[in-house]
Parts: sequence; C-alpha cells; structure tokens
Amino acid sequence: MQELIKRAKELLADGTAARVLGWRRGDLPYNPEPAFFEKEEDFDQFVYDGFCGANLSKMMIEACKLEGKTAVCLKPCDTYSFNQLLKEHRVDREKAYIIGVGCRGKLDIEKIRAQGVKGIQGVSGAEIDGPDELQVQTIYGDKTVPYASAMLGRCHVCKGKEHMICDEIIGESRETQDADRFDEVRAIEAMSPEERFAYFKKELSKCIRCNACRNACPACSCRKCVFDSNKFDSAQKANVDSFEEKMFHVIRAFHVAGRCTDCGECSRVCPQGIPLHLFNRKFIKDIDELYGEFQAGKDPEAKSPLTDYRFEDAEPGIVGKRG
Amino acid sequence: MQVEEKKEFRPKIVAFCCNWCSYAGADLAGSSRLVYPADVKIIRVPCSCRVNPMFILRAFERGADGVILCGCHPGDCHYTTGNFYARRRMTLLFSMLDFIGVENGRTRVEWVSAAEGAKFSATMNEFVEKIRSLGENVRLGDLRCRN
Amino acid sequence: MYKIAKKDLQALFRAIAAERELYLPVRTAGQVNFAAWDEDADVALDVLKTVKSPKDAFFPQFETLYTCRREGKKLQIQPEALKEKEFVVFGMRACDVQGVKVLDKVFLSDPVDSYYAARREHGILVAIACHEPEESCFCKVFGVDAAAPDADVAGWMLNETGELALRPLTEKGERLIASVKSLLVEAEDAQAAVEKEQEQIRAIVEKLPYAHLSLEGWDGGATEARFNSPVWETLYKPCLACGTCTFVCPTCQCYDIKDYQTADGVQRYRCWDSCMYSDFTLMAAGNNRTTQLQRFRQRFMHKLVYFPANNDGMYSCVGCGRCVEKCPSSLNIVKVIKAFEKQGGGENV
Repeated sequence: MQELIKRAKELLADGTAARVLGWRRGDLPYNPEPAFFEKEEDFDQFVYDGFCGANLSKMMIEACKLEGKTAVCLKPCDTYSFNQLLKEHRVDREKAYIIGVGCRGKLDIEKIRAQGVKGIQGVSGAEIDGPDELQVQTIYGDKTVPYASAMLGRCHVCKGKEHMICDEIIGESRETQDADRFDEVRAIEAMSPEERFAYFKKELSKCIRCNACRNACPACSCRKCVFDSNKFDSAQKANVDSFEEKMFHVIRAFHVAGRCTDCGECSRVCPQGIPLHLFNRKFIKDIDELYGEFQAGKDPEAKSPLTDYRFEDAEPGIVGKRG
Repeated sequence: MQVEEKKEFRPKIVAFCCNWCSYAGADLAGSSRLVYPADVKIIRVPCSCRVNPMFILRAFERGADGVILCGCHPGDCHYTTGNFYARRRMTLLFSMLDFIGVENGRTRVEWVSAAEGAKFSATMNEFVEKIRSLGENVRLGDLRCRN
Repeated sequence: MYKIAKKDLQALFRAIAAERELYLPVRTAGQVNFAAWDEDADVALDVLKTVKSPKDAFFPQFETLYTCRREGKKLQIQPEALKEKEFVVFGMRACDVQGVKVLDKVFLSDPVDSYYAARREHGILVAIACHEPEESCFCKVFGVDAAAPDADVAGWMLNETGELALRPLTEKGERLIASVKSLLVEAEDAQAAVEKEQEQIRAIVEKLPYAHLSLEGWDGGATEARFNSPVWETLYKPCLACGTCTFVCPTCQCYDIKDYQTADGVQRYRCWDSCMYSDFTLMAAGNNRTTQLQRFRQRFMHKLVYFPANNDGMYSCVGCGRCVEKCPSSLNIVKVIKAFEKQGGGENV
C-alpha cells in the first residue's frame, strides 16, 4: 500500500493526474469508502486492503467529465468493466490514468459475521500482501478466520490476475479461483421447473427494490432507467409480491446481457443477499454455449453477441428441446 | 335455483407479428377463410426485432397466457437483418424464463412469410392448443391484474 | 415478571398466533426479516438485527389504499379495510421500539394517518434486550437503553438458564401476558438475573466504538451553516443513490402514492419512497433537488436537524446501525456526524 500511495502522490505532483480515485479509510476496520484524493495530505486516509471491494470503474463515468486526468485504482476484474465502458463510449481513455492494483481476493464482512464473529473491533491480516488468516479482535474475544473463507463469492470464480487495461501495475495479484464459474448455474438447471420457480420466488421475495444492484452495476449506465421513468408505466417503486420483482431482475439482467463482465457487484451490494449474479451468469453461459465463448470487457474490439448474428444461429425453440 | 356455469378456459394469447411478412400472412389466412381461434390477439410491429423482451414479460404480467412472436424467415427480413437479432434475443429470453421455472411452451417464435397464410393459421391453432393444455399462466402474472 | 424456557417458545408462539397475528424475525433464504409466524417458520430471535426493521408491521413497504373497479357503466370504489384485529410484533429491539415512536410523531400528529393509527392501536410490541450488541450499534447516543426496551412487554434472554424473562409494561402487554399465562411461570426471582444481564449489556454498550459519538451542533440552531457546509461536497461522492439506507431504516417515513392499472380498474397504493431517488417528490414543474449532493444532504439534515427542530429535540435516527452494515459504499450517518465533528461543526464554515 505504501508503494501505491507513493506512486499516487507522484502522479499528482508531476501533473499526470489531477486527482486519484481510491479508497478512504473507514471508521470501522472493514468499511473503507471510495474517495477522490486531490492533495498530498489527504493520503493519510488512503487505504487499500481486502475490504476495498467496490468496483471503481463506474465512478469513472462521472470522473471523466471533470477537468484533467483521474488516476484510478482498478483491480484485475474492474478493468474488464472499464474496458466495456470504454467500448460503449461511457468513459474517456484520455481522461483516465489506470493504476492496476494487485488483488488476492476481496473480503465479505457478512461471511466473517456468518462464522459467528460479533462486535468486531479490529481486523488484521486484510492487507494486500497479508497472511492467509485474518485475526479478528472482537468485544467478545478474538477469532481467527481463514482469508479464503471470508472472500466474496465472486472471488472464488475469479477471472484471473491479469489487468485487461492499465497504465501501470502496482502490487502482485494472486489466483483465487477454486470453483467453476458455472457450477451454481448448473445446480439450478438440474432442478425441476417447480423447484427452480420456488427457489427464485424465495430468493426474490426478499428484494426490497432499493436498486443497489442497478446503481452499483458498471453496465447499468443509462441516464434514466426504464424502471424509474414516469413516462412508462413500468416505473415501479413498490416491492409487490408478484411477478414484478422477477421482471425487474430478468429485464435488468437481459439489458446487460453480452455486456456484463460478471464483476459480481450486484450480489456484493444486495442488502438482502440475493444471488443476483446467477441471472447474469446464466446469460453468459447460454451465450458461450450458443454463440461461442465471449467475455465482455476482454477485447474492446470484439462484437457483442447480442449485436451480432450468424445465419445458422439456433432457433429459440432450442430451449424446449435441450430439456 | 342457480345453475353452476361451467367455465371453459379461454387462453389469452398475444401474437407479435412483423408488418412485412407475418402480419400479411395473418391477412392471407383471413382472406383465405382459414380458421384460427379468436383468443389470439395480434399486435403489429414494424419488425420482429422491435419486440423488446420487456414487451413479452409485460404481456404475461398483464394476463396473457401465451406469447408468440412471428417475423419474416431468416434471410428475408424487410430490414435485412432485424430478425437475426430478434432470434438471439428471444433464444436468450426463453432460456432465462425456463431458468426461473416458467413452463416452456408459453413462449414461441415462428417465422411466417406473407405467402404462408396456411402456416399462420396452423401455428396459431397449435399454439392455442398448447396453451390450453398448460392452463392459466399463474407464474408470470401480476396478481393485481386478476379479478 | 414471568419466564419461559427457550425450548417452550414454539408453544408460546402457537398460543399467541391462535388468537392474534404474530410477526417475528424469521430466516428466509439466509436472511432474517420480520414475517408472519407459522409452524415451519425458522424463527431467529437471537439475531441482533433483522435486515429490514420491523417498521413494516405498522407502515408496510407496500399497501393498497383503495381499489376502483368498473362494471359496465358503474364505478365501484372499495376502500381498504383498516386493521381491526390485534397483532403482536415479537422480538423487536430497543432501537426498533424507539423507531416506532419516531413514526408516531409523523403519522399520529394531525392529520392522523388512519391506516397507521389503526395498526398502532392493535399492535402489541414485545421487545427483547440486546444480548450481545455489536460494533455498528449506537443507540446510546440517542438515549436508547438497549438493556431496557420500552415496549408493551420487555424481554431478556437469560442464557445461563436457557430462559426468556418477560415483563409487561403497559395495559396491552398485561393483556397479552394474561392470555398466555398458562405457558409462563411467574418468577419474581428472575429479577436478579435480569439485572445482571442488563448490567452486562450496558457494560458492552460502553465499549462499542460509536457509543460516545457527539451530537453537538446537530439541532435546529445551526441549520443554515450545516446546510451550506462544504463538507457535503466530498461526503456524498461515494453515494450510489440507491435506497438501501432508507429501506432498512426504522424511521424513514417517506412514501409515494401511485395508481396501478388492473384488468378492470385502478388500484391506488402507497409504497415507501427514498429521498435518494432522482424522482423523489418529482412534480410537474420539475424536481426541487436535482443533484445527488442535495438528496444526500436532505436525508441527514432531515434526521439530525429538521426533525429534532420540529419535534422537541427528538432525532429521527435511533442508532440501530442498519445503514452502517448495509450501505454498499460504506457510507452512513455516523460518518456524516463524524465529518462535521472533524470540521469543528457547522458554525465556523
């Protein structure tokens, strides 16, 4: 982290960047927030550790409208999102200086809590080059939590430690993948339609329509969302227990299909812990199977599968025939 | 004395038909005096690719029991490539509906040209029969639209 | 004072539910929220905080106000019936109870909200002291005692003996206890154990990182200075403009009223709204808060400045810490309070 701070200060000093987009230390051991750093003294508050899970690429949409360059800290998975935004002309490459930061998986405080940890006062070992175990100091005694067991779900299916786009790299990244990306989707596909319906009904009945998934999603960058616009009667604020929730999440997933990089922000931010990434991953799996492997944000030149076609594409009837 | 009325299930079917082929196909079916159930309500769209996935879900939400999309045969699109895009979109959408546990047969895509009046009527008859066998759409509807 | 063994709680719930509706923390798909009890419900009384507050029991996130139906040329208007049956909200926390009191200020002052008033009249609050408060809790700052919930019935988990001690505090509470008396044991001797539990809770509360947050300067006195402070400009930046904080909050009370077109009529409903949304209080003439900075500021100014100024100093934050735990960007009301503390309050800016 010291190297990162030193470099960030240099970038400010030599005029490469007018501001640095990183994370500010929180008031609890685990809640740093995204922040802009413009002055050298601000960096006392700069932090980059396992709890810095937020994908900063979406904040670059606004940052690119500011005067001067913004140096942004992007983890390997965030660079996919940045690339995708670049392809959609939502960010300006000339306005961004990308510092590729190292990553060894990001932490999920809920997963630490789920291990019976309460009243957290301090966490050590969350550093980017820290040990494999977290030492958690709590009011009710100290606990040791293996780092891997506290990682966000998305890190277990990490896309890799390569940065897709960056100006320089600071810090080492580690492979954290220990599960197949589509295992969860396959498990649901294996259920009967009734089971699947019941599963999603149960999960989505928790939805409180807070729109955190949408607002955190780097692919959801519409200026006015169809679910917000009072010009259509699809605007919906209520969390009625009917098809509405499913429709919102299916349409949202569809709208980002072929553009979703599977960054996992939707599931990370959901206050009700709904596995929203399943929708996106189902689309990715289908696209891979039907139209050839495609990873959004990997190659900014590649055509998105939903804006492309082949004469011999499968007919929609295939869905029924696959069984 | 009250006579118990036996209610036969009359499905509500929404058919999105492209202006250039399928709508003309439906026209031909009519002028050729071919029969298809009145349960099918046609919505004319400029091209099959005009159909946003949201249209389909909205139709279901508002009480449709089945939704069918008809367009020009691949390669014959009036706008050259519209139906190719529609095909990919619908494939993914249907797959997603299947994924969340909605019965498979409620959605369908059929390519019907302006000369295929017979195909149009046969398709609609078949589709209505299918929806009749599946029964009322409970999973996708909004309860508030029922009475 | 009464007590009941924890293993007999299911029987207690059954008895309460036989006569009244019963809402309590239930685990569904991994998350604990208040929900109606049934035999198969996975009751989670030990969980400190439900995701959503029990505010739903009195002010539901979604409720129909009336339904219009057209039959031929006739129009039928069917207002939604007010709550007439008694119900019990079991397993609230001291902060949740305080949250209801904040809502009372809004909905029970003139003009009285009849839907809310009916629910309030028929609702019985059973709150349990927080056995193990957590780092995100700061109810003490707002004068709430986590060890002595001020509900119709107060409860304490006595983990040493595996019992739940209950004490009715109001006439409603007495009535509830009387109706399930056969399942409870009258136990004045539990008093000592309760006091010990209270002492423990208060000792822990003292140790919490937010326990000594200062609210100095947060009142109607410095409204303009606070409002115009440059602190907001950096503070709001990470805000995603989602409604998580609003919807998990036990005191946020803004709502929207909308019409839903049904097959043969219109259903008028009200649902929670969030001041974080761009279309909040949108009017034909446009919006009175056009930037996220303004919307962000509004939420905290309302909770910490406007509300106390209009309600004899009562803050519309109860320190439950749900926003601290749930904000996707790790922003929260504590960070706002602290930011002003650092800047030396709003007076000199």
